[in-house]
Amino acid sequence: MTARDTDWDGVRLHVVTGKGGTGKTTVAAALALALAHRGRKVLLIEAEGRQGIARLFDRPPLPYEERKIAIGPGEADDGRGQGGDVYALAIDPEGALLDYLQMFYNMRGIGSALNKLGMVDFATTIAPGLTDVLITGKATEATRRRQPGTPSGFVYDAIVLDAPPTGRIGRFLNVSAEVSGLAKVGPIRTHADSVANVIKSPQTAVHFVCTLEEMPVQETLDGIAEMRSIRGMQVGGIVINRTPPALLSQEELKAPPDLVAMAEALDAVGLYSTDALAATLAEELAEHARNVELADLARTELETAGQPIYELPMIAEGIDLAALHRLAADLREQGAA
Amino acid sequence: MTTLGNPRLDTDRIIDDRRTRIIVCCGSGGVGKTTTAAALGLRAAERGRQVCVLTVDPARRLAQSMGLSSLDNTPRLIEGVSSAAGGSLHAMMLDMKRTFDEIVEAHAEPARAAQILANPFYQSLSSSFAGTQEYMAMEKLGQLRRSDEWDLIIVDTPPSRSALDFLDAPERLGRFLDGRLIRLLTSPVKASRPFTRVLNAGFSVMTGALTKLLGAQVLRDAQTFITAFDSMFGGFRERADATYRLLQAPGTSFIVIAVPEPDALREASYFVERLDEERMPLAGLILNRVHGTGGCRLSAARSVAAAEALESTAPATGANGPVVPAAPADDPGHSAKAVSAAALRLHAARTSLSERERRVAGAFTSAHPAVPVLEVPALPEDVHDLAGLRRIGESFAGS
Repeated sequence: MTARDTDWDGVRLHVVTGKGGTGKTTVAAALALALAHRGRKVLLIEAEGRQGIARLFDRPPLPYEERKIAIGPGEADDGRGQGGDVYALAIDPEGALLDYLQMFYNMRGIGSALNKLGMVDFATTIAPGLTDVLITGKATEATRRRQPGTPSGFVYDAIVLDAPPTGRIGRFLNVSAEVSGLAKVGPIRTHADSVANVIKSPQTAVHFVCTLEEMPVQETLDGIAEMRSIRGMQVGGIVINRTPPALLSQEELKAPPDLVAMAEALDAVGLYSTDALAATLAEELAEHARNVELADLARTELETAGQPIYELPMIAEGIDLAALHRLAADLREQGAA
Repeated sequence: MTTLGNPRLDTDRIIDDRRTRIIVCCGSGGVGKTTTAAALGLRAAERGRQVCVLTVDPARRLAQSMGLSSLDNTPRLIEGVSSAAGGSLHAMMLDMKRTFDEIVEAHAEPARAAQILANPFYQSLSSSFAGTQEYMAMEKLGQLRRSDEWDLIIVDTPPSRSALDFLDAPERLGRFLDGRLIRLLTSPVKASRPFTRVLNAGFSVMTGALTKLLGAQVLRDAQTFITAFDSMFGGFRERADATYRLLQAPGTSFIVIAVPEPDALREASYFVERLDEERMPLAGLILNRVHGTGGCRLSAARSVAAAEALESTAPATGANGPVVPAAPADDPGHSAKAVSAAALRLHAARTSLSERERRVAGAFTSAHPAVPVLEVPALPEDVHDLAGLRRIGESFAGS
């Protein structure tokens, strides 16, 4: 039982995508932390082999292995004051292939022979869509993995998948369509179908990370439209990352500042060359006003998608574990987790 | 904007040098590769070069900014480019399936081409496999270069998992084609190789395993495809090798693009080192979206202190820092204090951002002190038209 409803109760696999450079991995990590409360166990999966998660949590590169990397926030009203656990897994295609062999055929031993033959190369770089099937396969396997005796009956209460960027997300998730042209029957097809059963179900939601700039907004709207065109796929929330701070009201931003009065005010708090400073600050204010206006336009456009929107602040100092916890708290407060 | 210790990347010198025939823009996703490639292309064209920009990014807005509703697999002439210096600008967007189909059609006799094009394995391979885009970008680049219709080709690299995938493409293709897997897959069809008994037994175990893994139908399709494709493979690899050598040739310049963020610069660093290893000619780094401090030397700490002093005399703060309610109209002093405090906080945030960017960029430049760097200031808006691209080009030149 959760203390309150979140927007995504019932979702167990959270897929996080976004245009490159919008902070997709950061948001995925913050979401995993946000979900890991009250003793819940969350698995954060990195699909692209960049080791971005290890860097975010200030850890050495992660092996192909589920290991605990962080503890979620405890809650004051919890009584137990107990946070949950965040586990992380960096998937590489090669490891996923060997895993697949082990899981379904119990033939991991054959892996090195296949490797010598070029089979691993073949499967991971040449075989169409196979890599994606393997990665989504691993994520859905972790989603379904059972553990008797736990409150949910599952090993993990939630999975967060740091997925490929928006431009590739449709192809990445639409595995069964990808494979159906190739394998009409057979083991790969069966595997792809079982993957699709999880991904195209209410258990899975695809969240979009965006910044308030034109191109990311356009790509987000295109990505959402693409997801909606795939039967059974659930579009999740839009996470606006790096929102600039709101320091003044619209009216104040629009009004031309009184330079003389500003210089006086600056003088009074002991600053020097206040005439020049007031002029510089006024210029910076004007630029800020323009940015706020553009950001508002971008936000209005994102609202047309009709999905829940969560906003995360710009953190000028860069992202560390403390910042991740702050972002996680923001996501929780807004109902994302 | 403070200058980093590295030499300044002079893009005008590169595009004005008639010996420069190819410029490759590379870097991680979301750093402005495509826009940079287009801006360089426009500037080069208006300085007298016959330019073709090859992009793999299907961003509609960029196509629109060049006056086209969309780009396709054929170079299109861009209108509105000044031809005063005798140059011209073409642009095209890579259609990987179309490019692949064209290669098949050009290199196989019609019956065999039709057989290949209809094969389900080929259809998947040509439209979806991770890596096709890289091969095809290289292929298209080679084609454009060989056609000799343009004296400068500017290409932006595909948004790969790794920015380096396209460099690996020829080698990976070669490794695959020379691999035993191909021989294994084709052997039951050809059935003409003199296997020893041991090898044969080994192979049948492998074929068995593959059948189990892939399914008999997939294996059959793959075999049919590879057999049909076999005759073309040699030419494929030769061309990929030729393009690779072209990239190493003196007429090529690589420009690495990044933004002052740790991830983008880490990728850039890796790229610079890799290009060096591969003996690829690196021209330098373009650092996009750099935030400046506008020449104002007031530090972040002092700004915040002054803002706090002002706020203590003009109260009202909200949960998210100071939120200033609409000031009473009859008290201009109050309003000026509030506005000044907000402006100082803004300035502080800006200064810390700029300082952080400087630190991040410093980590790159101290590791690569000889790499020429060009800083491009952050723009509030995306580019919508040729005029916008032209302004970016001008900012490269520092004017």
